[in-house]
Amino acid sequence: MSFSQTTIRQLQDSLRKREVSALEIVDQMLADVSQRDGSTGAFLSIDADLIRQQAAQADTSLPLGGIPIAIKDNINALGEPCTCGSKFLSENYRAPYDAGVIKSLRAAGAILFGRTNMDEFAMGSATENSALKVTHNPAAPGHIPGGSSGGSAAAVAAGFVPAALGSDTGGSIRQPASHCGIVGLKPTYGRVSRYGVVAFASSLDQVGPMTRTVEDAALVLQAIAGHDGLDSTSANVAVDDYISGLQQGVKGLRLGVPKEYFAEGLHPAVREAISHALAKLEAAGATLVDISLPHTEHAVATYYIIAPAEASSNLSRFDGVRYGHRTAQPADILSLYQQSREEGFGSEVKRRILLGTYVLSSGYYDAYYNKAQKVRTLICRDFSQAFEKVDVILSPVAPSPARKLGECSNPIEDFLADACTIPVNLAGLPAMSVPLPVAGLPIGLQVIAPHWHEARMLRVAQAVELASR
Amino acid sequence: MSQPHMDVRRIATLARLELTEEEVASFSGQLDEILGHIAQLSQLDVTGIEPTAYAAAMAAPMRDDTPWQSLPTSALLQNAPDQAQGQVRVPKVVADA
Repeated sequence: MSFSQTTIRQLQDSLRKREVSALEIVDQMLADVSQRDGSTGAFLSIDADLIRQQAAQADTSLPLGGIPIAIKDNINALGEPCTCGSKFLSENYRAPYDAGVIKSLRAAGAILFGRTNMDEFAMGSATENSALKVTHNPAAPGHIPGGSSGGSAAAVAAGFVPAALGSDTGGSIRQPASHCGIVGLKPTYGRVSRYGVVAFASSLDQVGPMTRTVEDAALVLQAIAGHDGLDSTSANVAVDDYISGLQQGVKGLRLGVPKEYFAEGLHPAVREAISHALAKLEAAGATLVDISLPHTEHAVATYYIIAPAEASSNLSRFDGVRYGHRTAQPADILSLYQQSREEGFGSEVKRRILLGTYVLSSGYYDAYYNKAQKVRTLICRDFSQAFEKVDVILSPVAPSPARKLGECSNPIEDFLADACTIPVNLAGLPAMSVPLPVAGLPIGLQVIAPHWHEARMLRVAQAVELASR
Repeated sequence: MSQPHMDVRRIATLARLELTEEEVASFSGQLDEILGHIAQLSQLDVTGIEPTAYAAAMAAPMRDDTPWQSLPTSALLQNAPDQAQGQVRVPKVVADA
């Protein structure tokens, strides 16, 4: 029996009817990973004993009872590695506690199924910045899986697991989901706990599900959403029922189409796939509304001030003192810091630490950081004005399908490709990527909703998925 | 704004990064290119606009001041590269007189 295309919903049914046991499922999946992940490279580590132990104790009456879920390697789960795709944490770090989302998944009965590859400290959009492994796109051989949650996307797209957790700071769930042809959801900032998630940019980071279907994304989000007293930015806002309204359709909804996201440079295949999807939604009874988000063109520049600034501060904790890499023979405390960081971090991480340190340094703070925070206000305002006229906003996730592995010669090229996903993080909005029916490389449609309106976003995504069948 | 330039060596010291000469050379050009891109924001007039630190506006939450069991010392020390007497050990911090 193969589970490579099975959804969470189907696994739940089989488990509850006792057609199959959780142990049988994970044994089959473990065999599949050992057979095929050599050529995909989705997982950084996978502890078969630990997985089988969880499966043996699975309580299938729980919401995600017995469901294997892969975890991006920047989310702490007690006793497991948490490398963040970095040499700095790859030697012997073991998580001393469970992240908030891991506690939630355990409480929902899920089985933690391996640790997935990622760009080092989530900095990148191809997973090529992982210091530990190359990940291939299972849906497009020879191409990048996207990133930074490329391992999670590949694990789901390859059929190893029905779901994975990723994290999204500037598009790191949605873009790899789009490139690998799966569903990827970034919740509203504050909807899901960040406790125990290794921080990249604290005002932007959110954890979310990556799955094969919209319904599965809703099921996982239902389990991880909610307030966590250990994350002061986690919101005490009631969690909606994400499942019951899924099939309501789009009739009567106003769908905003922002002209700035369809500018020149959009790949013709992306433009065509999105146009088809919009036409189908209109045929299903939705109204398309042309809108403008005028400050979109400044979002990438704003992000590349704010995110590195926060990262340079967050990554100062990696100093070789309490955990992670320490240089072998430090002459004094200063060289312990400097050499441990020099040896432990890769180029992209160093570049962003330098950029962040620079924009926060004396004399430059107002010109860069303070300015960027004000432009962030304008970007937020664009969205709130748009949401007075429309219920959700639809756009591409990425301007082109996945590029080939090893084809990026200049870091700024990949930065600019994040132009459709970054504004959403700056505004703290929920957004998701839904795969569209295409003949060639996978292409996703982005659905953006107002704060806390994940249920509405999922309902639109479900209609897109339905129209794709 | 004129073409911005970062003194990479100075910033690396602030960031506690000991870069190689090759890194200083390659990062310099790359970072100046990025700074050149983000300099576009200087064209934008933001007079009277309040800065946004967190997008979803929330009041700073308060919680009851009740004691709870935090992680034990042993759990927090398990990843320390060097330790002694229940503490993390580092090279001498104060220089000899």
